[in-house]
Amino acid sequence: MSNRKISFKRKNRYRPLWVEITGLILTISIFLLPFYFLVVNAGKNSEDSFRLDLTPPKDWKLLENFKTVLMDNNWELVRATKNSFIMTLFSVFFLVIIAGMTGFILHRKRDRISKVASVLILTALVVPPAIVPTIWVLQRLGIYKTMHGMVMIQVAYGLAFAVLIFKNFIGTIPKEIDEAAIIDGCTGWNLYFRIIFPLLRPVTIAVGIIATAAIFNDFTNPLYYLPGNENITLQQTLFNYISRYLTRYNLLFTDILYITLFPLIAFILFNKKIVAGMTAGAIKG
Amino acid sequence: MSSKQKLKSPYPSSLLLPAAVLYIVLFFLPTVVSLFFSLTRWTLQEWQYIGLENFRLYFSEEYLRIGFQNTIIYGIVTSGMKVIIAIYLASFLTSKLRTTGFMRSAIFFPTLVSTIGVGIMFTELLNPFGGIINRGITIVSGWFGLVTEGPGWLIDPNLLPILSIAAVDIWKGVGIATLLYIAGIAAIPQELYEAAAVDGASNRRQFYSITIPLARPAMFSIIILSFVGGLRSFDLIWAMTGGGPGFISDVLASINYKQYTSGYYGLATAGNVILFVVVSILVFPLYRYLSKREVAL
Repeated sequence: MSNRKISFKRKNRYRPLWVEITGLILTISIFLLPFYFLVVNAGKNSEDSFRLDLTPPKDWKLLENFKTVLMDNNWELVRATKNSFIMTLFSVFFLVIIAGMTGFILHRKRDRISKVASVLILTALVVPPAIVPTIWVLQRLGIYKTMHGMVMIQVAYGLAFAVLIFKNFIGTIPKEIDEAAIIDGCTGWNLYFRIIFPLLRPVTIAVGIIATAAIFNDFTNPLYYLPGNENITLQQTLFNYISRYLTRYNLLFTDILYITLFPLIAFILFNKKIVAGMTAGAIKG
Repeated sequence: MSSKQKLKSPYPSSLLLPAAVLYIVLFFLPTVVSLFFSLTRWTLQEWQYIGLENFRLYFSEEYLRIGFQNTIIYGIVTSGMKVIIAIYLASFLTSKLRTTGFMRSAIFFPTLVSTIGVGIMFTELLNPFGGIINRGITIVSGWFGLVTEGPGWLIDPNLLPILSIAAVDIWKGVGIATLLYIAGIAAIPQELYEAAAVDGASNRRQFYSITIPLARPAMFSIIILSFVGGLRSFDLIWAMTGGGPGFISDVLASINYKQYTSGYYGLATAGNVILFVVVSILVFPLYRYLSKREVAL
């Protein structure tokens, strides 16, 4: 009897302090130290940053470096920020709308189409896209090197994952809700957008967050499908700066810091939602 | 009119239309035509049928063998290590700690950061001449009376560059894997642990006999997702070494990009088909095997 009490207690007791401190030190030095390295070196002048060490700068040049990076190459970074935001916002918007409708029909209509669709979804999750032929198709359609084309690609590539998550979540919404609406004459597009879509809020947020992170940080697809200086995105600028700022690490790191700022702000604001969204998406997915 | 409306399905296929059009035009169609264009010499305007010449060319080059090998190594190492590290991290982070929230956030944050940015950052940390990691190695080995210069992480002529990049990939991606595991562990009924504790099972025993088997669905998701991601990986490798030195750290995806920028569109498409076959051959059987054992994904 007394034995049992002790074991119960053990489960509810905190880990010993030294274990926790060790864990904390390891976590900080492995996962946060690289970011500290980034910040201090972004704050130095070129000479000091060349030493690539962890000492904080004697006087912080962060704002100055930021101005230099921002104005460089005719305000390229500003254009890139705009392009990245447009690409991300439109892609995520259309992805969430289209994937939700698709998941709804695929879940409610158990026919041959939905069986074929599940195979296609799995295929799309695994198989890498055929890149050059896609460029060829985009050229035929006259949307190669355009933002329209890029957004369509992002939606098409994101569909499989998003539809899967939506479909699983819609399984938890009782069919009686549809039936009540159908009796009242609300069917099809109305049924989905008036009745079902509002109920999908949690999963819409989850998909939105996952897709935002993926599309904002996407380097490869814009590299292939959206080349050209006018269309440059933030990830592209970063890559170009590797050769442009070959030895001026302070500017290179300032640019990384600037790009990292967006996920950081999002993370601080929506920490709980992001973690919940990611988990929901991944487990159900 | 009204009777006709009643006959109409409440779930019209027209809702599938946008997704179907995008999928077919931008994913399915290119995949199908890639099978044909991989057999051609192709300028995007004109093509000339050359049979299996592209594949012959591809397989006769030494860099393909290396790229092949690297792709598989990268996929296995990243997904394997992520699974192993994540289960320990997750089990640590689900135990009772005072700073759980902080540690979870710190481990998870890198997954949200730009891959290219992370690549650049670590390229400098791993810099063989005065990079912090090698300087640390020199200092620490100095304490033991040794004079060691750290290895040339990204410039070594053997397997080290691809393994270094894989390590950075693990650093960046282990947060998601851990999060999945945490969710999996949270779904395990607490009574099981209590019952095991009554029977006198140690913490270690509980971990191996309850946590690991019952978090298996999460494990399968992690394996499949990170294995697929690892085999298709391009951006981190491209940012850190560009496939170099030479083609020591090339993978199939980076070889294809090089062919593409050189204007060998037929060859690049053939490479795409090869990647496609490699990924399918490895992943679909694994998927079937895993989902037979338990429903994953």
